[in-house]
Amino acid sequence: MRQGSSPERRPRGAAFVIAAGLAGLAVMLLVDAAGLRQDGGYAGVGPADVPRIVAYGLLVLAGLTVLAGVRGDLPRPPRQAPAPVLWILGGLGLQLVLLHVVGFVLSGALLFGMTARAFGQRPLWKNVAVGLVLALVIYGIFDRLLRLNLPGGPLEMLIFRG
Amino acid sequence: MDSFSLLMQGLVTAMQPMILLYALIGVTLGTAVGVLPGIGPALTVALLLPVTYGLDPAGSLIMFAGIYYGGMYGGSTTSILLNTPGESASIVTAIEGNRMAKAGRGGPALATAAIGSFVAGLIATLLLAFLAPQVVKLALTLGPREYFALMVLAFVTVSATFGDSALRGLTSLFIGLALACVGIDGLTGAARLTYGVPQLMDGIETTTLAVALFAIGEALAVAAMLQPPDGMHKIKGSVRMTATDWSRSWKAWLRGTFIGFPIGSMPAGGADVASFLSYAAERKLTKHPEEFGTGAIEGVAGPEAANNAAAAGTLVPLLTLGLPTTATAAIMLAGFQQFGLQPGPLLFVMNAELVWGLIAALLIANVMLVILNLPLIGLWIKLLSIPRPWLYGGILLFATLGTIGVNPSPVELGMLILFGVMGYGMRLYGYPVAPVVVGLILGPMAEQQLRRALAIAQGDWTTLVATPVSATLLGISAVFLVVPMLMRLRGRGQVLSQVAGDPD
Repeated sequence: MRQGSSPERRPRGAAFVIAAGLAGLAVMLLVDAAGLRQDGGYAGVGPADVPRIVAYGLLVLAGLTVLAGVRGDLPRPPRQAPAPVLWILGGLGLQLVLLHVVGFVLSGALLFGMTARAFGQRPLWKNVAVGLVLALVIYGIFDRLLRLNLPGGPLEMLIFRG
Repeated sequence: MDSFSLLMQGLVTAMQPMILLYALIGVTLGTAVGVLPGIGPALTVALLLPVTYGLDPAGSLIMFAGIYYGGMYGGSTTSILLNTPGESASIVTAIEGNRMAKAGRGGPALATAAIGSFVAGLIATLLLAFLAPQVVKLALTLGPREYFALMVLAFVTVSATFGDSALRGLTSLFIGLALACVGIDGLTGAARLTYGVPQLMDGIETTTLAVALFAIGEALAVAAMLQPPDGMHKIKGSVRMTATDWSRSWKAWLRGTFIGFPIGSMPAGGADVASFLSYAAERKLTKHPEEFGTGAIEGVAGPEAANNAAAAGTLVPLLTLGLPTTATAAIMLAGFQQFGLQPGPLLFVMNAELVWGLIAALLIANVMLVILNLPLIGLWIKLLSIPRPWLYGGILLFATLGTIGVNPSPVELGMLILFGVMGYGMRLYGYPVAPVVVGLILGPMAEQQLRRALAIAQGDWTTLVATPVSATLLGISAVFLVVPMLMRLRGRGQVLSQVAGDPD
């Protein structure tokens, strides 16, 4: 229920992108279903049928979305600031790449720091330092006490196993 | 054995110190996430699923239910003081509650919300205890086709009935259903849409999807907003309610309870729908119509009672039929499955002690909540002074912790990012998020029931409408799908869009 959508009636490019995405998903389902061995048994309905039904549903919805787009029938989002989004995605991406190299604590600290930066908190190094403390505490509680298996790196080795 | 003695036995189970501790952790966390903007009960339960993997099943489930109840209590605080609802079922509370706070009557508003939640939670949990065995008896007579019809009904009400566009709701639902196809087919063992990636064999993790949509999508959307949020109103004066406040509140509490419970317990939308209807009822019945819009206490008392009663109500279909009707209930279902338990009529036979312990623990949790929320209200308000950069940094750290805890693979984290971006896009263009989660969890169950029903009937599709029960249920689903569309076409859609079924 986000506010700020103005009911302007003109064709909306976003609707076509969304419709294309839905149709793409439907095609993926159909292609995959075509490759499955149909083993319906007594039901006459095998593993490929429900994905097909879902795909047809998606195609219909994609068509209706195009129609809604032509009529301008899609909420217009308020203006977005792109920089914070990139900071957060960057933090998540770095964590994905670095997780098994430097461990949960360091990659988590970077994610925390970059997210805080996205919300306007500076300087970055200070954010990362706060994140480091928090991630260490979380690692201590969840990996050591609750036996959740979090990937460790050199830092975890140094502090918890040294 | 009758419900009463079963409930008494449940109370004995629930009074064990460890169980009490789990309940206390649950309600405390629930209140905290209800108060904090950006995290709701659905997300919190999703985050805790991997953590509780090795813990006691009964305790963990009681904790989850405590979070659900607590979220309903805590959400009112931010609605009243900040005009930013902590969760979707408190949106209505903000209308009158925030006006009361502006007029310096924030204290009584908080009090009527908390006591109303208590009254409603107590009555609704007792109703749950006495209604559930009846529904179980009924559920035992249902076959696969009736279950399939029930699930179709749940799909329709979650996606198409409320909100401002049936098209967008159904699109969300079908994205969830498409994601549900990924993995090994439960009946034949065929691998669908796995593309040879071993992590996809088990299907898409509920935790990953829910955390991505709720936490990461929300964080991106909030970070990208340009306008700053509202300031907070301090509580002035006493939290005590005057005699007039009491006399105006108690009827609203009871009405809210009896509006909320049936709505929650039918597969007909969650707490947000109930709170809106209660507000509408109070507005019609009030003796002080001039106060509505400027801070009428009934407008806080009714909806807050209704959303708690509805939260208890959603446990009826969840426990007796295995049918989740809200995102939180859907994730709680995933929690049951994690412990190898399948909610449904058999649960009451096979795990009677657990079920009745859970119901009894909710009664106790309710008492804990009113204590946490009235004398300790000041503590929760302090939570709101956490600066947003730290808050969201922490949310993202915990969000990835949940995913890494389940499966520390780059594939899983990649999906987290992908679905997070999807969640952000969905928020931008007004697509509801909850139907995706419900579709993912309920999709495979509906498929199984459909194929079982067809196998029994040897592939004859008319079997789906061959019994009065299944035909009626599918008929009601069609009505819930078509009538709101007609209402929107005739320009009467505002009512529905105000009841939009958002995250929780």
